[in-house]
Amino acid sequence: MRQRRLLVQVGVAAVLIGLLALLVNNLAVNLIRTGLGLGFGWLGRPAGFALAETALPYAPSDSYLWALTIGWLNSLKVIAAGLVLATVLGVAAGAARSSNNRLLRSLAGGYVALIRQVPLLLQLLFWYFVAFLGLPSVPIGGLIRLSNQGIQLLGLNLSVEFCAVLVGLTVFTGASIAEIVRGGINAVPRGQWEAFRSLGLGEGLGLRRIVLPQALPAILPALTSQYLNLAKNSTLAIAVGYADLYAVSDTTITQTGRAIEGFLLLLLSFLLLNLLISGGMAAFNRAVLGRLNRSR
Amino acid sequence: MTVAIRATDLVKSYSQGVRALDGVTLEVNSGEVLVVMGPSGSGKSTLIRTFNGLETLDGGALDVLGVSLDATHGERQVLAIRKRVGMVFQQFNLFPHLSILDNITLAPIKVQQRAKASAEQRAMELLDQMGIREQAYKYPAQLSGGQQQRVAIARALALDPEVMLFDEPTSALDPERVKEVLDAMRQLAKGGMTMVVVTHELSFAREVADRVMFMDRGQVVETSDPETFFSNAREERSRRFLNQMQH
Ligand SMILES: Nc1ncnc2c1ncn2[C@@H]1O[C@H](COP(=O)(O)OP(=O)(O)OP(=O)(O)O)[C@@H](O)[C@H]1O
Ligand SMILES: [Mg+2]
Repeated sequence: MRQRRLLVQVGVAAVLIGLLALLVNNLAVNLIRTGLGLGFGWLGRPAGFALAETALPYAPSDSYLWALTIGWLNSLKVIAAGLVLATVLGVAAGAARSSNNRLLRSLAGGYVALIRQVPLLLQLLFWYFVAFLGLPSVPIGGLIRLSNQGIQLLGLNLSVEFCAVLVGLTVFTGASIAEIVRGGINAVPRGQWEAFRSLGLGEGLGLRRIVLPQALPAILPALTSQYLNLAKNSTLAIAVGYADLYAVSDTTITQTGRAIEGFLLLLLSFLLLNLLISGGMAAFNRAVLGRLNRSR
Repeated sequence: MTVAIRATDLVKSYSQGVRALDGVTLEVNSGEVLVVMGPSGSGKSTLIRTFNGLETLDGGALDVLGVSLDATHGERQVLAIRKRVGMVFQQFNLFPHLSILDNITLAPIKVQQRAKASAEQRAMELLDQMGIREQAYKYPAQLSGGQQQRVAIARALALDPEVMLFDEPTSALDPERVKEVLDAMRQLAKGGMTMVVVTHELSFAREVADRVMFMDRGQVVETSDPETFFSNAREERSRRFLNQMQH
């Protein structure tokens, strides 16, 4: 038994080493064929392309490095906003699924079922082409203004592309988070509901103060992986022309031919981003568990 | 004498067609202690859970402290009555993530909008009364079952309820912990609290109850004073049940 397990391990290791060797070989061959050699000097050259959405001042005469940084910031912007909104939506929908109001329950159930059936790419295209580009120009109460040029919200000017990516990621990830939250809520003993109800606390208050805090340890690990998914899925922004890191990298690689360096930078950027998210969640998880342990 | 709870012909069926309550009629007077007994599944829990709206009714009329909780009652009636009726559960159901003090002050602060300081002062008084003042800053899991149940009683009392409901409050306790909880309940009864207590503690019932109600299959079999019930029960079914209890 043990020998067989060892054999499997050795086999897996051999396959991995083989694949790695193939990769390195391909890399070397490509580098020789392009005749460029590995280098990052090109990052300082002017990018020459315009970007529709810039968080900081940018002109085509700026360097590739700056263009990529702008892309990075655009990614960060949509990911950060997406994380917050998807969490709010997911918690609300997850709580609604365990509510004793039948209408709320079936609405939330329908939302989760529908969203999980349709690929994210299609959803993004839907939000972009159908929902946002089809918008007539309507001011709502003077604070919000919708149009197919974008959304003005309290002086904030959001592009249609940003909105489509944000809404797409939020709605998609929110459905998964809703399932996680519902599972966490269901794992809290019924007696806790009865206890807060018998004390005259309302459903919303009881959920916030009693049920969700106890559901959190079950929710957090799964939530982390949804956050990482959202970050990775944000690269689909290219489909609707949002200038995120991936889109800018893509243009850069096409123009410079620096595919290997471009992808290396891209990989590093996402690694950094995901480490940030995992690190933040791990710290939060520790804080929550620490509190819970003190209560043991 | 005022009536705290008046129930007429209560009916409750669960989806599987079980009639958990099959025409229950009873009255509980203010200041009275009613002990409810009966075999497992006879509907005792279901009955007292209708008294604070944890269960909805399918039929009959229910009046708790002047508020109607019949089949047509709304959310507002329920919330109003829950502030005035306390409940203690078999499994304590303390909030594990909150300290003992926070367990007790949560509802007074959130439901009655009491100031934190005054809610905490009242909580300490109640813990004192329950003989567990020194546990205030611990968490539920650090307490014994008997201590937890006394916290649960204090938590329910913190809203200054007019009626207290107990659903087998000592059934989940180690035998040596039962007394401390029963003593706390005795003290409460002496203070004139209106109490409905589901329990199989015969000595408690004999000593504290004003009346004992015996249920079977969702119906009231008999209601007697404890003296009569324990030595000379009217109904054959009650006598059989008592016989089983004593062996
Ligand atoms: N949530 C529920 N769903 C379906 N049936 C239920 C539910 N709760 C109780 N019942 C049924 O209703 C009947 C009465 O139950 P109840 O819990 O009121 O009895 P009990 O007298 O409190 O019993 P025990 O002494 O075991 O606590 C039983 O037949 C039980 O199976
Ligand atoms: Mg019961």
